[in-house]
Amino acid sequence: MSGILASMIDGVLIGAVYGLAAMGLSLIWGVMDVINLTHGAVIALGMFGMYILFAAFPINAYFLLLPIIAAGLVLGLIIYWTSVHWVINRPQLASLLSTFAVNMIIIGLGTAIWSTSPYNVNFTLRGITIGAYTFTGNHMAAASAAVVIALALEVFLYRTRPGKAIRAVADNREAAELMGISSTMVLALAFAIGIALAAASGALVSTLFPFTILSGSGYQMKSFVVTVLAGLGKPFGALVAGVLLGLLEGAVTPFIAVSWIPMIEFGLFVVVLVAFPRGIFGRDTA
Amino acid sequence: MIFRRPVFWLILIFAALMAFIPLHGNNVSMREDLILVAVAVILASNLNLMIGYTGYVNFGHIVFYGLGGYVGLYLATVRGWNLILSALLAGVAVSFFALLFGLGILRLRGAYFALATIGILVAVQSFVSNFDPWGRSTGLYVPFDAYQRLGGADGARRALWITYFLVIGVMALSMILSLAIKISKFGLGLFAIREDEDAAVVLGVNATVYKAIIYSVSAFLPAVAGALMFYKNGMIDPSIAFEFMLSLEGIVMLMLGGKGTVVGAALGGGLYEKLRSYLLTSPKLSNFHLVIAGALLLLVVLFAPGGLIGWLYRLVPRSEKVIE
Repeated sequence: MSGILASMIDGVLIGAVYGLAAMGLSLIWGVMDVINLTHGAVIALGMFGMYILFAAFPINAYFLLLPIIAAGLVLGLIIYWTSVHWVINRPQLASLLSTFAVNMIIIGLGTAIWSTSPYNVNFTLRGITIGAYTFTGNHMAAASAAVVIALALEVFLYRTRPGKAIRAVADNREAAELMGISSTMVLALAFAIGIALAAASGALVSTLFPFTILSGSGYQMKSFVVTVLAGLGKPFGALVAGVLLGLLEGAVTPFIAVSWIPMIEFGLFVVVLVAFPRGIFGRDTA
Repeated sequence: MIFRRPVFWLILIFAALMAFIPLHGNNVSMREDLILVAVAVILASNLNLMIGYTGYVNFGHIVFYGLGGYVGLYLATVRGWNLILSALLAGVAVSFFALLFGLGILRLRGAYFALATIGILVAVQSFVSNFDPWGRSTGLYVPFDAYQRLGGADGARRALWITYFLVIGVMALSMILSLAIKISKFGLGLFAIREDEDAAVVLGVNATVYKAIIYSVSAFLPAVAGALMFYKNGMIDPSIAFEFMLSLEGIVMLMLGGKGTVVGAALGGGLYEKLRSYLLTSPKLSNFHLVIAGALLLLVVLFAPGGLIGWLYRLVPRSEKVIE
């Protein structure tokens, strides 16, 4: 029994990281109605960013999140101006395909540079041992970092002027423009933040598990599940839904083979999508 | 009438050339190249029915190909049935599966539908990886005597040629199906859904039924092709059957050639496959084939949303009457 509890706690800790990844996807989706298919590739870049930085500066890996977030913002602006800005008013297919094209370019370059062999960040924090179970320090630190970043985003969106501008554009782009908000700048900013969140979550994952350049796609899939569970454009809801997903994974892992988990997750995903298109936290406001 | 369309005859000539050129001189390596082109054309043409005609992006189109491969291989090897019968039954079974799922997920629109198709792909792959009768993650193998049953005394060699002709036949059927739907009233209904689904419903298009039917139809020939191809390859396992990358490359092919057109889908499929095999075998560029394909897709989406055929239409407006 306590084994299940330990597994569930571990699941919650990892779930916070899933939630952080999904926040990036959810923010972009909610603000500009673009499904960012570069998400997985950026998560992978975050992993390798951490790997490179940690090799260069072997300090506490969690301090390295700051430069990774900064680099993520720059990368986000680059991706926005190359592939998203031009198609934002075209049908959704266009932005799906253009972001997917960037995804292929990143994965292709990554494969050429790092091949698809596994890497890991060799950094361990001391954990806490309770009875027969040990909760590793990395899991707890990663989860805490994810929650801190999520709270920072929440404060930014609700307490600062640029944050309020992002929410205004998400609600109604024309009306926001009439109020003197430059929607292009706001969209670029929101996209950059979304990418930075993805990179940060990738960096956190890299301290927990070994990874390859292709690892991002699994987290991208999970981000879709989480975003849909939470409902669109609800970044903080995404964190909660991420924790729920982690909890679910933790709760079922002791009972069934790991290879069944995608089946359960995506079965749930399709069912939620069809039954609650606004997410389980979504209110019917239309 | 479909016979009055010049494209119909072009399709037949194209298929005949594909079938007989490698037969001349028993050119096996050319046959292996062309069969991949044919599969690309099949996937792109049937994907076109969803993306190009109906305006619904299906990211998980490859699930039909892989499932068809599994059902076909299971019937042809474990049960020992005739290959053609197995492939047809695989098509029917997968179409039925698609119809059931389609009725559920086609209530979703736009991006939500696109995401659900990814969900289905991953869920099916995970299910098959755990499904005992289909060999879990090791998959199924075709025993050598299965080829002899098909190819007679000369065995495997003739069996491979027979499969090749069958795949070419499926390719021709895919293109003819695209053409037949395009010139039918049903096709007009799909175009109406693509342009404005609500307006189409108001005008009396039963969108739910139309979408479910086209989703199911777009599953049939890829499933048949999957059964034939995996039989030819001699084995199937979950990672090669449900390769997400191939699903996505299908979209690249379609956009490259020109979505919504019969010839464009085929052209894009053929060209992309040739490009890919060139890049993969070139020593300098093999590492960068994804980068080049991605850059190509980005350029097409940003600057030529109509693809090659759309570009041709703008260049020679009259060509729209002939090249459909």
